[in-house]
Amino acid sequence: MTSFVKPKIHRLNEPTNALGKSRADYDGAMSTLCAGCGHDSVTAALARAFYELSSDPKDVVKVSGIGCSSKTTTYFLKDAHGANTVHGRMPSFATGAAAVNKHLTYVGVSGDGDSLSIGLGQMAHAIRRNVDMIYMLENNGVYGLTKGQFSASSDIGSKAKKGATNMLPPIDPAIMALSIGATFVARSFSGDKKQLVSLIKAGIAHRGFALIDVISPCVSFNDHKGSTKSYAHTYQYYHKAVHADYVPPSEEITAAYEEGESMPVELHDGGTILLRKLDADYDPTDRTAAMAKLMESQQTQEILTGLLYIDESRPAMAEHKKLPDTPLHSIPYETLNPGAEALRRIQEEFR
Amino acid sequence: MNGPGINDFTLRVATVNGTGSASANGLLMKTIFRMGVPVVGKNIFPSNIQGLPTWYEIRVTGDGYAGRDGEIHFIIAMNPETYASDLADLAPGGVLLYDSTWPRPQLLSRPDVTVLGAPLSAMCNEAFKAARSRILMKNMAYVGVAAALFDLDLNVIEQLVTEMFAGKEKLIPLNMQAVALGHDYAKQNFECPLDFRVSPLDKTRGKVMIDGNTAAGIGAVFGGATFGAWYPITPSTSLMDAFQKYCEELRVDPETGQNNFCILQAEDELAAAGLTIGAAWAGARGFTPTSGPGVSLMSEFIGFAYYTEVPLVICDIQRVGPSTGMPTRTQQCDIQLCAYASHGDTRHLVLFPSHPGECFEFSAKALDLAERFQTPVFFLSDIDIGMNDWMVDELTWPEDYVPDRGKVLDATQLEEIDAFYRYLDVDGDTIPYRTLPGTHPKGAYFLRGSGHTKLGRYTEKGDEYKEVVDRLYQKWKRAAAFMPSPVLKSANRPARYGMIAVGSSDAAVTEARDRLEAAGIPVDYLRVRGFPFNEEVDAFIDNYEEVFVIEQNRDAQLLNLLITETSAAKEKLVPVLHYSGEPLNYRFVYEAVETALKVRKIA
Repeated sequence: MTSFVKPKIHRLNEPTNALGKSRADYDGAMSTLCAGCGHDSVTAALARAFYELSSDPKDVVKVSGIGCSSKTTTYFLKDAHGANTVHGRMPSFATGAAAVNKHLTYVGVSGDGDSLSIGLGQMAHAIRRNVDMIYMLENNGVYGLTKGQFSASSDIGSKAKKGATNMLPPIDPAIMALSIGATFVARSFSGDKKQLVSLIKAGIAHRGFALIDVISPCVSFNDHKGSTKSYAHTYQYYHKAVHADYVPPSEEITAAYEEGESMPVELHDGGTILLRKLDADYDPTDRTAAMAKLMESQQTQEILTGLLYIDESRPAMAEHKKLPDTPLHSIPYETLNPGAEALRRIQEEFR
Repeated sequence: MNGPGINDFTLRVATVNGTGSASANGLLMKTIFRMGVPVVGKNIFPSNIQGLPTWYEIRVTGDGYAGRDGEIHFIIAMNPETYASDLADLAPGGVLLYDSTWPRPQLLSRPDVTVLGAPLSAMCNEAFKAARSRILMKNMAYVGVAAALFDLDLNVIEQLVTEMFAGKEKLIPLNMQAVALGHDYAKQNFECPLDFRVSPLDKTRGKVMIDGNTAAGIGAVFGGATFGAWYPITPSTSLMDAFQKYCEELRVDPETGQNNFCILQAEDELAAAGLTIGAAWAGARGFTPTSGPGVSLMSEFIGFAYYTEVPLVICDIQRVGPSTGMPTRTQQCDIQLCAYASHGDTRHLVLFPSHPGECFEFSAKALDLAERFQTPVFFLSDIDIGMNDWMVDELTWPEDYVPDRGKVLDATQLEEIDAFYRYLDVDGDTIPYRTLPGTHPKGAYFLRGSGHTKLGRYTEKGDEYKEVVDRLYQKWKRAAAFMPSPVLKSANRPARYGMIAVGSSDAAVTEARDRLEAAGIPVDYLRVRGFPFNEEVDAFIDNYEEVFVIEQNRDAQLLNLLITETSAAKEKLVPVLHYSGEPLNYRFVYEAVETALKVRKIA
């Protein structure tokens, strides 16, 4: 993993967003991943989403653990602070950072090894705390950096490149997240940029923890026949259940929707997520139904995608912990220091 | 050595945990304290909620020594399960009081001690109806007996009981009735007071009785900590309890109701470390309290913080290891662990507070050092300091204190510079500048635990890697001058021998040194308060033929650290090791040194 500076090339008359920034302003260093890696598409989708949202990169914080996916935090938003932390421990680091300044946008990037094996506990507890962050789980069912071991998201019967068959049941991050109170659960595919970008934008706008499980095939170790996380397999079993469009507060909802088919979900930032249900009987605000649908899809091997569940009512960590408007690092010491009189008073009980 | 006398004796209460004896024992101790007599309290308790033996030791120490004596002169034996061992532990000439509702003739087996029986249960059963209150009142009844035997001031007791039950006033007369039951029985049946008893002094004015964890929690509030994360573990839990209590009391914005702090209970110590490092990286002044097992779990993150230069304060309240060990017993067994925690070449800053007053001071100092040097700092306390009440000077906070936030570039400074490089030693003092997320586009950088150059870029090139880790070593060495200086206690005449100790060993070592000197054995004593060691430590060892290194672990961890990290000759350092899990007592130190020196004379 070497870091290459990506040359910034501006085209004539290239489009810019509300901040006057072009899409290239949201790039980072050159990717050093294998050619065709799904993760690079996710990186591109993240950059695109932030560009379309006109986010100021300096107000974004990127955090990752260890693994191929976790390397990608250097590949977008070079003007944002980033941290490549410890294997499986990105959620705690991100939670600590998010507690300090509730005005920034936090993006966690992780993989199936980082999140579902070594970091399963940390991911679960970040979900429980409803930390205000978007959590990209780049899921390829395999350990890439150590060359081809099964991960905890490998399906039963899925074959490794060297021929072994996985016999252990997979951990489905979406089902797990739902079971412990997640407030935004989505699944997508690195090969579906349109869906992915709109889900990322919705996830960023969501108040609280937004999980996006992205099937992101590994071209080097898990893209062969017999693998259930290959491009071919994903294209075959990919099923869009709910489409989500984020409409920022400044824009009017223009899309016409029919009752029962589409529904708007109002967000705390004043924006709206416009859900278009592709399966008419699916209600992404019903947790029990979402769980049932996901478990059913496991049986049929169908890869259910879209915004699978959303709940805007549960307070995020910042509200729950009553975090101050002033970032913790900028509260003046005069405010933090209770003073000599208080010190004298609290010692009365020690006499 | 001195025996029991007026304002000089040790009383032990032997009870069963979960019976509410803690408040009675606290009452006894505070009564003596309020009579102006210095006192030491040691809680020796099981890792259990209810039903196992527990002891509370109160040393009445008119001359103000803060350590344990090592002898027991009076035992209030309320637990039949431990009658035999309690009796055995009593010093010759001592007195044992027990509940004679159920007479125990076997307690009369030692002719050299006095056994007193008072029918505490019978009296309480007669006076009180509810089963639970009978148990609780029995505790107050032994307070009454002790009050008569030690000549304690009943007005002080009543005042304390009144304070104890503020808001539950109807309990005051009931409790005082139980005290009177014991007191009257003792007056009528025993010769009161005893030869060794309490006589009022004026030596506790301006003092408080406080435990080190509470003091450290208050210190973190005054030191400006805004973030704390922890996973509950004995014996560190009460540190975060205190921080939380005083934050809720003193740090909630009265207008908005918002908290000017954030406290997160982690899912484990790995997460506690991650939360604290994440918050510190984002700019908060944070800390995480834990104990040895927690430090083991945090180790990977500790190396990450060291290498990426993120401030991190870990308060390790040591308990007996290895493994689960004895979670409620004390040791100084994490010295080596904390000095070098994590894989790879790592070395850290360690502070050794020796009493709650220093816990208050050093918990804030740790925050300053962590932010100045952008590195992990260990605040190394233990159960003895952390969970026992110590008499210390009333805590005062310097009015002119300004938190040392270290080198953090703000938006204006970033605007002015050409480019920002995270690990560049711009000032030539080994400490680079850092920036916080959300400040300025020029301040953006990528934090990584993988190999990086001084510019903050990824590298696998040896010379670029070495440049950074060599600076880290120099930075660590430079910190020595910023650690609290050692405290020297010299003998009244030239000494050939020295002693070195850290932390909670201080009280017993100080007393042993004084008594050795009085017995004609001059020894100088250096109390070390920080690691890396400053030059005074080398110079001290150099001065003596031999230096006794007194510490509370099996493996002479401090001694070995001195061998590795000072220029001291190995042969000069003599280990004095106490690792039973009980707090160190002065007799142990005295005898170890005296015996060693006798052997030298013979040889």
